[in-house]
This record gives sequence, C-alpha cells and structure tokens, in this order.
Amino acid sequence: MSEATHTHAAVAEGAHVAHPHEHGHEHHEQSFVSKYIFSMDHKTIGKQFLITGIIWAIIGGLFSVLFRLQLGYPEESFPILETVFGNWAKGGQIQPEFYYGLVTMHGTVLVFFVLTAGLSGTFANLLIPLQVGARDMASPFMNMLSYWFFFLAGVVMLSSIFVHTGPASGGWTMYPPLSALRQAGEGQKIGTDLWLISMALFIISSLLGGLNYIATILNMRTKGMSMTRLPLPIWAMFFTAILGVLSFPVLLSGAILLLFDRNLGTSFYLSDIVVNGEILPNEGGSAILYQHLFWFLGHPEVYIILLPAMGMVSEILSVNSRKPIFGYMAMLGSLFAIAILAFLVWAHHMFVTGLNPFLGSVFVLLTLLIAVPSAIKVFNWLTTIWRGNIRFTPATLFAIGFVSLFISGGLTGIFLGNSTIDIHLHDTMFVVAHFHIVMGVASFFGMFAGVYHWFPKMFGRYLNNTMGYMHFWVTMIGSYLIFWPMHYQGLAGVPRRYLDKRGWVSFNDFADLDKMITVVSIVVFAVQLLFVFNFFYSIFKGRKVRTQNPWGANTLEWTTPINPGHGNWEGDIPEVHRWPYDYAKDGREFIPQTEPVGANETQAH
Amino acid sequence: MQVFFIIAILVLAFVIIFQISKASEYVAVLRGWERTRKQTNRINAFMLLAFLVLGLIGVYICNEQFKGRILGEPASDHGVLVDRMLYVTIAITFIVFLITQIALFWFSYKYQESDDRKAFFYPHNNTLELIWTVIPAIALTVLVGFGIVYWFRITSDAPKDAMIVEVTGKQFGWEFRYPGADGILGKKYYKNVDPAAGNPAGQIWEDSTNKDDVFVEQEMHLVVGKPVKLVIGAKDVIHDVGLVHFRMKMDAVPGTPTTMWFTPKYTTKQMKEKTGNPDFVYELSCDQMCGKGHWSMRGVVVVETQEEYDAWLSSKKPQYLVANPTLAPSIKKDTIATVNTVALN
Repeated sequence: MSEATHTHAAVAEGAHVAHPHEHGHEHHEQSFVSKYIFSMDHKTIGKQFLITGIIWAIIGGLFSVLFRLQLGYPEESFPILETVFGNWAKGGQIQPEFYYGLVTMHGTVLVFFVLTAGLSGTFANLLIPLQVGARDMASPFMNMLSYWFFFLAGVVMLSSIFVHTGPASGGWTMYPPLSALRQAGEGQKIGTDLWLISMALFIISSLLGGLNYIATILNMRTKGMSMTRLPLPIWAMFFTAILGVLSFPVLLSGAILLLFDRNLGTSFYLSDIVVNGEILPNEGGSAILYQHLFWFLGHPEVYIILLPAMGMVSEILSVNSRKPIFGYMAMLGSLFAIAILAFLVWAHHMFVTGLNPFLGSVFVLLTLLIAVPSAIKVFNWLTTIWRGNIRFTPATLFAIGFVSLFISGGLTGIFLGNSTIDIHLHDTMFVVAHFHIVMGVASFFGMFAGVYHWFPKMFGRYLNNTMGYMHFWVTMIGSYLIFWPMHYQGLAGVPRRYLDKRGWVSFNDFADLDKMITVVSIVVFAVQLLFVFNFFYSIFKGRKVRTQNPWGANTLEWTTPINPGHGNWEGDIPEVHRWPYDYAKDGREFIPQTEPVGANETQAH
Repeated sequence: MQVFFIIAILVLAFVIIFQISKASEYVAVLRGWERTRKQTNRINAFMLLAFLVLGLIGVYICNEQFKGRILGEPASDHGVLVDRMLYVTIAITFIVFLITQIALFWFSYKYQESDDRKAFFYPHNNTLELIWTVIPAIALTVLVGFGIVYWFRITSDAPKDAMIVEVTGKQFGWEFRYPGADGILGKKYYKNVDPAAGNPAGQIWEDSTNKDDVFVEQEMHLVVGKPVKLVIGAKDVIHDVGLVHFRMKMDAVPGTPTTMWFTPKYTTKQMKEKTGNPDFVYELSCDQMCGKGHWSMRGVVVVETQEEYDAWLSSKKPQYLVANPTLAPSIKKDTIATVNTVALN
C-alpha cells in the first residue's frame, strides 16, 4: 500500500515531492526568512494571508466607524478627528471628499483584501493540501508569489491614503466617468491611479493563487481521495478558484482600459463630457461598458467571498452536530449551480442604467433562479443539525450565525433581484443592508468559524473560549441591530452614500436610528479588537492542544502531527477509504476517512 | 482630556474582560474540563433560543417603530405596481424567514449535546431534497412572473400624449429643458455648451425646434394626471434621477440618453394634505455616486394642475431669447401666440 502511495505521489506531484520522507522530518535547518517571510509552506502562507487580512480588516473596520460617526452625528464636531486627520476633518467634521474616500477604501479593502484574500487565501492555502492529502500546493513558489503580490497591492493601496489629494473616492465600484476624470474631484487624481494599480497587482495575486488551488485539487489528491470524497470546504474553494480565474481577468481588462482613458487619452468609457466647465474631446465611448466589465467580475466576486464560508460552515456544522452533512451530492450540485449562475446575473446591478428592458427581464429570471440552490443549501444545513448532538464551540455558533444571516440577507436579495422592486430600492440603504448581511457579515461569520475551528491546527493552541463566546454574541446581536433596521431606511428611499440628510425633506426621518446604528457599530468594532487580541495572545499563550484530533473530525488534516512541519505528514501520506462525513454511523461517533470500510458496515454513501 | 478618559476606560474594560477570560479557563481546568464544557454548551443552547424569541420580538418592535416612516402612498401609477410587488414579496419572504429561522434556532436548542442522545445517521433523502427544490422554484416563478409583467408595463414606451421633459445631471445640480409649444426638444451638441453665452444645455440654434425650448434649473414642473416622459442625460459623470415618491429611478449617463415615463397622481398640494406635512415637496435625489456633492444634489418637483403649469411655463422665456436678447422682438409675438393657444386648449 505504501509503495502505491509513493508512486501515486511521484506521478501526480512531480519530482519535488518524490522523497516524502525527507520533507516529513525537518532535518534541514531553515533560516528565519525562508521559514516565516519568503516561506513556501502552504500553512505559513495561509497564516500570512490571515494576519495580513486581520490588519486590513482593522483598517477597513476603523474607516467604517469614522464614517458612521458622520452619519450618526452629522451636527457634532469631534476635535480629535482634526488632530489626527488635519484638513480632511476640518473643524472636527469629516469633509465630503474624505467621507467618500473612507467609503471607497472601506469597500475595497473589505471586499478584496479581507474577504477575498484574507478568507480564500487563508483557508484555501491551509486546508487544500491538508484535506486532500498533499504535502504542499502544486507550485509552492507561485503560492509564495501570490502572497507577495497581495502584499504589494496592499502597500500601494495603503500609500494612496497618504497622498496629498487623498485616496480614490469614486466608490468601490469605481465607475467612470467619475473615476476617469481628474477634474471631477480630489480623489479622482493620483489616488485613483494608485487604486487601479493596486487592483491590478491584487488580480495577479488572486490568479496565481487560484490556478494553484485548482491544480492542487485536481492533481494532488492522495490515494483513494476521489472527487466525491472531498470535504465540502475543498469543493467550495475549488469553485471559488474557478470563479476567480474566469472573472478576475475581465476586471483587469476593465481596469487597464480605465487607466488608458485616464492617462493616454483614449475614449473607451468617455463621451460627450463637459466637466468643471471644460469641454473634453472624447466622443463615442460608453460609460456603461465599464459597468458590464466590472460586474462580470463583481457578481462572481460575491460568490468568491461567500462560497468558502459556505464550505467551511458545512464542515463545521457536520463535525459539531456529530452527524453527516445532509445531502452531500445536493450540496455539490448547488455549489455548481451557484457557480454557473454567478456568471449569468451580473446585469442585475444595472437594471436602472437604461438597460434594454427585455434583457433586464432575462436577468431577473436568472437572478431569482439562484435562490433555488441557495434554498437547497439552507434546508440541507437545517437538516444537518436536526437530530444531531450539537456541541456549541465558538466555531459552531458562528456557523449557525452564518446560516441565520445567510437566510436573512438571501431573502432580501429576492427583493433586489426583481427589477420592478429594484427601481425603488436601487442604490438605497436597503442595498447596503442586504449585501452587508449576506456577503459582509455572513462571510465574516464563516471566516470566524473557520479561524476558531482550525486555530488548533494552525498554531497548536486553542483560542480562549470565553472571549470567543463574547465575541460571537456581541457580533451576532450587533449585526442584526445594525443592519435589520437599515432596511427600513432603504424602503423609505434613503439613498446610500448620503453623508448628511438634514437638507432633505424625504430622508430626514431617521436621525435617531442613525445614532443607534453608529453606537452599536462602535461596540461591535471594539469586540472585533477583542478577537484580534485573543488571536495574537493565543498564538503564544493559548491552551495547548494535546490530542491529535481535538474535535473528533474525520478529515485528513487531523491525522497530521499537532504541529505539522513542512510536508505535513511524517512518513507516508495516509490513504483514504471513505467520504469525510461518516459521523454517528453504525453506532460509532466518527469514522476517520483513513479507516478502511469494514466488512459488516452499512453502505450508505 | 475627555478622549483620554474614554480610551482609559476602554483599555480597562479590555483588561478586565481578558482577566476574566483567563481566569475562567483556569477554573474550567480545575473543575474538570468536560464538566465545564457541558455547562457552557447548555448555556449557549439556551442563549440561542433566547436570541430567537427576543429577536422576533425585536423584529416586531422595529416594524412598529418604523413602518410609519417608509413608503407612504405611491404618487404615480407605476409606483402602485412597485408597491404591490414589494408587499407580495415581503409577505412571501417573511413566511420563509419565520419558518427557517425558527427551525434553525429551535433545532439548535432541541438537539444540543446530551449524554442520552445519539446523533441520527441521515446522509440524504431524495424526496425531501426534491420537495425543497420544487417549492422555492414555484414561489420564485410566481414572483418572477408578477415582476416581469410589471417591469414591462413600467418600462414600456410612453403614451403618445405624454409631455416631454429633458433632465440633465451635472456636478452638483439638475437642469431641465421643456420642448415648448412644438412639443419637440431641439437638437444639442455637448461642444456647444457655453453657460456664459446663455447656452448651458448646448443647444444647436440652427435647429428651429430649439427656438421655443425653455431651460430651467433645480425645479421641475409636471402636470397631475398627465403622463410625462423624461429624457435623461448627464454632462460630466453618471448621476441618477431618483424620484422616491413616484418610485422611479433612472441613471443619467453622459453620452447615452435614457428615458423613463410615469403619471403623477397627486399635486404637491394634495400630497401636503395627504401626508399632513405642510413642508412636503417631491424631491429629486441623485442616487448614483457622483463626487463630493453627491449627498446634496437635490432637485424639487412641483406637480400642479394644467392651468398652474401653463401659467408657470408661459412666465419663462425660451432659452433662445435668453441667449440672443437682440432677436427678442421679432419672435416674441409668435411665441406668445403659441403659448396662448396651448393654454386655451
């Protein structure tokens, strides 16, 4: 058997893992730099993504606290803001240019740097080799490059905050002509160029990562690990990577055309423009073209963010309910359906751009179709916990919270996907509430669930439970307090990105609500800092993991040593004999994937 | 000083929470890890149930609090359709919301870990999966069906007798152009824009249909009960014509004109009475991020009777005459004559 594994590994992985024994024992000394900085170990790269993601999450979250201050207390002045931000907060009040810069950075940072790189980057890197049974990624070097391109993108984005005219302020969608015209505002100057360059670097990072994930999943599964024996997080990462690889290049082209329009005088997006009294020569471009290119990525991007969370939640709910995931094949099928449909619905972001109404109706149909696989997933999660024996670890709680938020936010998607209603709700606070719940907070919950669940594998220690529970409950309650009532603002038609509504008769009804939301978001932000503290404290001082398989899980990562070295398994890579969800089968609490099927075992899968 | 005080309190709170958390871990080890874990499990299961109950009460309270501040009566025919669609969707999704959330939290509570229970090995069931594929599909078909029928009605071609108004967004304000007596908006070209020469819209004066077009800023006048077709454009960046009371919205894109039409149901005066708010005005908001003044890009829509409208329009001078004051006498008579005929009609 072990001979067979070797041959298999050698064929699939090429020469570099041809001597698994050498990799298993870390007999060669690595320098600090090659071990922790320019590391090619997928686990270290995963941690690098996670920690960089955490830093960006703090920055992006802090930005939201700042603009919530403005939204909740438009009449007050906060002298400390002027002390810190100078002219951007003249008189202690956030200036409009700064406000829009904050909003733009908040969106960009959280969507791309945290929920794409921080989420996929962390867990795809950590889990794919560990759960498919590989010693590392298909190309560890490309994997390292993927992180460093991400890091570079971060450096450029961060530097744009410090330039004289401020960061890009055209919204995270960066629609031209606003983003194409330097004359249109301060944030449209060098800040936007830096934003575009940073995005281009980010896209390279994401492509390098994605190709690697796909190659690893397809080629480097251990013996016996057929595709239908893969744990669901791996399937989710697989579809995520495919979505990314197919859609990110389109955004890259959109961004490059925009750079051309900005710097080379082309007219891809520009036509008939008189800006700031200046008549521009550009004619014949289409501003809407960019929106098609952007949302052709932008909508799959939503699922790039959501699918890994779904996969991890499926795994965590199953492990902690001590019960198989219900409808494994249906879970796969719905992931597949979501991945396909993700490419066919982008124009639902554009119902009111003057889109041909017939085309609009096609996109309504396709958009609402996504609700079917989403509903299947929800019902399957519900059936998974039904008649289980649930352990409420912080990870389980976050997974349950994810399902709750996904339901709430998914249902409001049915409002927005229906073009008739979208006419009224488009670009209102309803949209903000919807996507924050379903994409923002829900994915964060999936990410937290993943961190709490796999922290023992990452660092050989546990996170502190008490802080974990506090973190969960405050975040859960706070998220609903922030975003549930926000829907009402949207139903009243209050447009998003309005930093002061006192000049309006129609939108000035919610001052008390805005204050409440601001206060709650500050509290929730503070609790996230508690989590960050817990995270870093526990890396060094957390309770030590003493058993190899602390959660009693079936998947392969728990067959590695408590602190696995580069190469993951000492000795041979284990062989897989069954799917990963044999919990509560034949009266046994769990049966690891590595255990051969017994002679008398019931055949259920 | 105050700031440091707040920071000090926060840091203190952090330290306390941290100490409690650390201590609780030691206590757990002392009391027996397994026993503490089971107790925590029960507490969290109960909290999940409490969250469900309190959450649903919260949903009710929230609705009581805010239901009076949303929507209001739609002020256009299309708005009636939008609202009906909205309420049908709210009804269907709220039922689903209740069923699934209650199931989620109730199952969590009911099936919390217990020494007496063994988890049930239940990997799949094709019938169940078929049921919850088909039922959502049917519900969605209903929603899509309604939605598309309404959508086509709302986005259909404007009636032939609709009045036409051109709306142009710019950083940061609104411009309107009325076609005048001939009912035709004259041609324009953006390179002709020259506010200093009295041509802010870029009209081509050689086009004779331009000579009676009226240009105004910030305030749009409409006639109650009369369909209106808005021809929408933008000068610099993308804006969006948001008419919250009419439930209408359409992007204003430079270089690509868009249109929308609707029929106002109530005059501004009637709405003041209906809402009981003497300050009521129809507002035109920009709903597409357009730069630093986006939040303040406000226009006003006045809906009035035909007589009031005619009086208002005839008080405006065609932009051609504003731009070419010397020509005024020769055309003036002509224009006034046509305006009068319209008024008589």
